[in-house]
Amino acid sequence: MTYGFDFGAVLDRAPELLWGSLGTLGLALAGMLLALVIGIVGVVARTSKSEITRTPVIVFVEVVRNTPFLVQIFFIYFALPLMGIRLNPTVTAIMALGINGGAYAIEIIRGGVESVSRGQIEAGFALGLHKADVFRLIVLKPALRAIYPSLTSQFIMLTLTTSVCTSIAAYELTSAAQRIESDTFRSFEVYFTVTAIYLVISTLMMGLFALISRHYFNYPTR
Amino acid sequence: MGPIGENEFFFLMQGLKWTVLLAIVGFIGGGIFGILIALLRTSKTKVARRITAGYIGVFQGTPLLMQLFVVYYGVALLGIEVNAWIAVAIAFTLHASAFLGEIWRGSIEAVPKGQTEAANALGLHYVSRMKDVILPQALKISMPATIGFLVQLIKGTSLAAIVGFIELTRAGQIISNQTYRPLLVFGIVGAIYFIICWPLSHAGSGLEKRMAKAVR
Repeated sequence: MTYGFDFGAVLDRAPELLWGSLGTLGLALAGMLLALVIGIVGVVARTSKSEITRTPVIVFVEVVRNTPFLVQIFFIYFALPLMGIRLNPTVTAIMALGINGGAYAIEIIRGGVESVSRGQIEAGFALGLHKADVFRLIVLKPALRAIYPSLTSQFIMLTLTTSVCTSIAAYELTSAAQRIESDTFRSFEVYFTVTAIYLVISTLMMGLFALISRHYFNYPTR
Repeated sequence: MGPIGENEFFFLMQGLKWTVLLAIVGFIGGGIFGILIALLRTSKTKVARRITAGYIGVFQGTPLLMQLFVVYYGVALLGIEVNAWIAVAIAFTLHASAFLGEIWRGSIEAVPKGQTEAANALGLHYVSRMKDVILPQALKISMPATIGFLVQLIKGTSLAAIVGFIELTRAGQIISNQTYRPLLVFGIVGAIYFIICWPLSHAGSGLEKRMAKAVR
């Protein structure tokens, strides 16, 4: 083996990697928020009595969960301009991430909502609470605690998925890596370094989520 | 705009062949190494547990796309002349072994402790205890999650397109560039993935529901 590693060429571009990392975090955060909104709206529609609102949500969830994110992002990337919507790649990427994450969020949140027993909801109505209050206080909060572990690991997966957004040239870490690679030809060093950065990001997120959980869900249940 | 004719469809099917092959190779290779990882992860040796926990953590904490890139260029550095297909297959095997290892670790730990104790009381040695008592039960417990991961893996093979490997998604990209009909092409490509993945997802969640009922 005669290959000489040269990480210096990669470290020279540290500012770009830092900006790329911030881009990744921004994409992930915006994607998560959109996913959460889609998830909550989707669950309300999915658990309603009307078939007209239930069926489209079921189809949406099944289609998104059984096709690759890469195909979804290409589809959205090409579909938007045909609908007369011109967005920059980064905004398009956020939409794709939100739609993808939203489908998973619907299933996770639905599981949490269904875990709240019928009697609790009836008790809420018996106490004279409004429908919205029953949902917010009796369904949402305990359900949040129940879904927190799977929802947060889904968020970490979403963060890792942002790397695929390089395929439409969104501003994030992987596309920064590809730029550096094409300038320096240090392919292995670049991707090794960037992989390590992703590992740091996901590890920090895990720690942060655990910390939040300890603070906000630290009440006894029975 | 060009038409999507027989030739284009045939090209997509060629891509599909590689998608299926990649998924099968990744799943079988990942399965073989995954059992090893799961056994080491649940072994009595602390070092083995630590190392496999780290291995799993790295693969679960980094994007699959980065794993593909690192293995793809890493294999080339080893000085061995390998083609893209083998490099990509190695990457998916390593990826799958970490995820399946973690799923099966959970399943092995979910087998009631009494089973291990009973096997020990009967004087079974480690290999027999695992092969005849624990693993068959763990395999059954793990089925929904294992099928779920298979779906993830099939979808994940699409990322080989970014490395330049011509599987279904890359074939779709090429056709899309030739015909200028991206929505139709990626619609078809998405539908093909759906036709493969949806029955698997359905079987997995059906199994999960049946098992949940059996426990109750």
